[in-house]
Amino acid sequence: MKVLMFGWEFPPHISGGLGTACYGLTNGMSYLEDMEILFVVPKAFGDEDQSKLRLIGANDVELSQKNPHYEKLLEKIQFIEVNSNMVPYMDPEDFYTQISKDKEGSKNYIHTHFTGKLEFTGTYGKDLYQEIANYAVIASEIAENYDFDVIHSHDWLTYPAGMAAKEVSGKPLVVHVHATDFDRSGGNVNPSVYEMEKTGMNAADKIISVSNLTRNTVIQNYGIAPEKVVTVYNAVDPVVQKENISVKKGYDEKVVTFLGRITMQKGPEYFIEVAKKVLQKMDNVRFVMAGSGDMMIKMIWHAASLKIMDKFHFTGFLRGDDVYRMFSVTDVYVMPSVSEPFGISPLEAMQSNVPVIISHQSGVSEILKHAIKVNFWDIDAMADAIYGILNYDALSEVFKKHGKEEVDNLKWENSARQVKDIYLSVL
Amino acid sequence: MSTICLYFQVHQPFRFRNYRFFDIGDEHYYYDDYSNESIFRKVAEKCYLPANKVILELINKYEGKFKVAFSISGIAMDQMELYAPDVLESFKALAETGKVEFLAETNSHSLVSLKDEDEFRQQVEEHGEKLKKHFKQEPKVFRNTELIYSDEIGAQVARMGYEAMLTEGAKHILGWKSPNYLYCNAIDPKLKVLLKNFKLSDDIAFRFSDQSWEEYPLTADKFVGWLNQMGKEEETVNLFMDYETFGEHQWEETGIFKFLKSIPEMVFANSDFTFSTPAEVARNLQVVSAIQVPYPISWADEERDLTAWLGNELQEQAFDRLYELGEQMKKITDPVLKKDWSYLQVSDHFYYMCTKFFSDGAVHSYFNPYDTPYDAFINYMNVLSDFSLRVNAAVPKNNVEMEIANLTGIINEKDEIIQKYEQELYELNKQLFSGTKRTTSAGKTKTANTAGAKKAGTAKKKSPARKTKLAKRKPE
Repeated sequence: MKVLMFGWEFPPHISGGLGTACYGLTNGMSYLEDMEILFVVPKAFGDEDQSKLRLIGANDVELSQKNPHYEKLLEKIQFIEVNSNMVPYMDPEDFYTQISKDKEGSKNYIHTHFTGKLEFTGTYGKDLYQEIANYAVIASEIAENYDFDVIHSHDWLTYPAGMAAKEVSGKPLVVHVHATDFDRSGGNVNPSVYEMEKTGMNAADKIISVSNLTRNTVIQNYGIAPEKVVTVYNAVDPVVQKENISVKKGYDEKVVTFLGRITMQKGPEYFIEVAKKVLQKMDNVRFVMAGSGDMMIKMIWHAASLKIMDKFHFTGFLRGDDVYRMFSVTDVYVMPSVSEPFGISPLEAMQSNVPVIISHQSGVSEILKHAIKVNFWDIDAMADAIYGILNYDALSEVFKKHGKEEVDNLKWENSARQVKDIYLSVL
Repeated sequence: MSTICLYFQVHQPFRFRNYRFFDIGDEHYYYDDYSNESIFRKVAEKCYLPANKVILELINKYEGKFKVAFSISGIAMDQMELYAPDVLESFKALAETGKVEFLAETNSHSLVSLKDEDEFRQQVEEHGEKLKKHFKQEPKVFRNTELIYSDEIGAQVARMGYEAMLTEGAKHILGWKSPNYLYCNAIDPKLKVLLKNFKLSDDIAFRFSDQSWEEYPLTADKFVGWLNQMGKEEETVNLFMDYETFGEHQWEETGIFKFLKSIPEMVFANSDFTFSTPAEVARNLQVVSAIQVPYPISWADEERDLTAWLGNELQEQAFDRLYELGEQMKKITDPVLKKDWSYLQVSDHFYYMCTKFFSDGAVHSYFNPYDTPYDAFINYMNVLSDFSLRVNAAVPKNNVEMEIANLTGIINEKDEIIQKYEQELYELNKQLFSGTKRTTSAGKTKTANTAGAKKAGTAKKKSPARKTKLAKRKPE
């Protein structure tokens, strides 16, 4: 079976969970028999791992003038060219650099429509909507020139591309919902993003959601028939113990960590409130908020106003091994997300033998047993769980013992098998 | 001649409230009154009251040929006094027939038999007193929490003077032997051991309403047919189960009460079986052999071992921390502390922390008020932490704590003196300046306040309502 897959990013050039999930899934598929994947991203850098699939950068595809679909397509996608600063699904660090770059570089940006190749940044910059449209144009070109059985689009950015490919080829389309705008915006949905998401879901023959939480959002907020939406949980790749990453802790205190984008979706303010609660009762503990985001400044003020800054630390954005270094000194990992379609990072924490507390409002809570689950707003319960893990050592021992085992049993191969069944159902 | 021995277990845990770590050292009330009362009432209406009525009718109808035994945990009796005096009355009515035997057990439905013989004996005595008080019976037969038994525990029970003890007829203990005979303890042969016929017991307790079971539906006719099929030489069929089987685990709609009603009728009409209580079985039958149980067994789960209560690190830590307080508790006389101590030992708390439920699902989650074993553990440890603080304050463990306790005593004494002087000062002031009414009344409130606050500080047991009231008034 040949799959034409559209993604927006692919490791190592990723900014969040989407690229990791795409890589994991395709990797898992490579273990299945009779699976061939053609993965399209807006921009190929050339250093991606292509051992398991064939990667095509949309920026490398040459357009042939003859193609009659362009005009029609562009007309269709016209509506999405909204000039908006709303930049979804992006790492805030990149956001700042992107915005400033766009300001300087916008004049040099050459739109080379119909003259051969198109320019892509493959990020989530200001010209995102233009890129999405261009990406769809390229998609129809690819659909003409390649042979495949099914189309698979990851998240709303690539839905137009998937739809274009479906139109050209007549092959079935599966869209994969890793997140919806309801998760990202906390309810203040951007109408044009919503429109694009809904159009994509309507056009799809089957929809894959990463959790039942997301499945419900798709059914209720996008009006999709329940039988069309299937949940396939993400998994996590086993960690390869590179070198011995360990940090010497220069203090005899426990560490409680929040790691993720500091945005409303992740519930950072609840973490600060919980820190205040715990610090009222015990002294030998420090709280770390690792990450960056549009709410970071506000959170610093928040923590300062509670007078806990002597015990509360902001690290900024952590990359690569720094994440594992952080985990190696962490005693409890907390993810108080307000709305988390899946949430891979608690799994990474568990791989590093860190006990985790996660919110019920996360997709990952549907599959994890050896984790403490609380409602994101229930600061008392969260504080109690933190206190329990820090003070009653049997608890962290049990978590370490069972947690790692549990995570090691989540395999991308299983997810891939389920996805294959979904392909077969639409063929 | 073969006989049927029916024994029903009556127990309801005393559940803890959601006890947060902020409460440690501050709030000393641990119980979830609402769910304790509502659950107990629910079980009373669905099971205890209707089932007691049926059994009373059966005893009267068959003029004493039908008889049963109950074991009611001390915790359950406490809750009957609190929430369901009608249930207690109906058990008393059963006791008065003389055809109902009450068995001894630990007062707190605890696992203490695994830990401390002295404490074990004390809890059994405590339970015995309650039985005497309510039912005017002196128990002769002992049943341990969850039918936990080992050679060693049996020997301890024999030393307490009991004639017989009940336990599970676990396969791995019996091997080729049959549970349908009377056995004796391997260390002290004076103690008779009655073994539960788990196949027939569980047919009623667990499988009765299971529609996927090949024998469904189970009728009294069929059941007595099975009894008749057994060899003539089998002497006793011990049917041991939770009393909540009737009406609560198996709902009335399943026909469980009709089944219970028609069992004696079918037995007397179609078989040679009689009914006996455990004490009668122990007295009337001959011991066939000793039963070897080197490691403790119970009636729980497939494994019939202790892993439902003491199978993981959480349970072990909680259990060890609890009984670390045992020595200190022996010196304590305060009734409130003693009551909390006994409620902390209820085996159910440890059952909630069982991680086996991920595989041994249904039964565990049915009884569990917590979402996960982790929640159960944290809540329990929070309560235990507070309790330890109170015990350490009452019976200091080492010199530092002793000193603190002494100093607290001195401070309290001085507080009282200050309070007395303040009062005197106020009286004198009043005599000296009989000023305007306004100043006097203002002064009065203030003095009363400080006195009140002092008093609250002195007396350890203060009501939360009073405390907040004082705190609110202070800024005046």
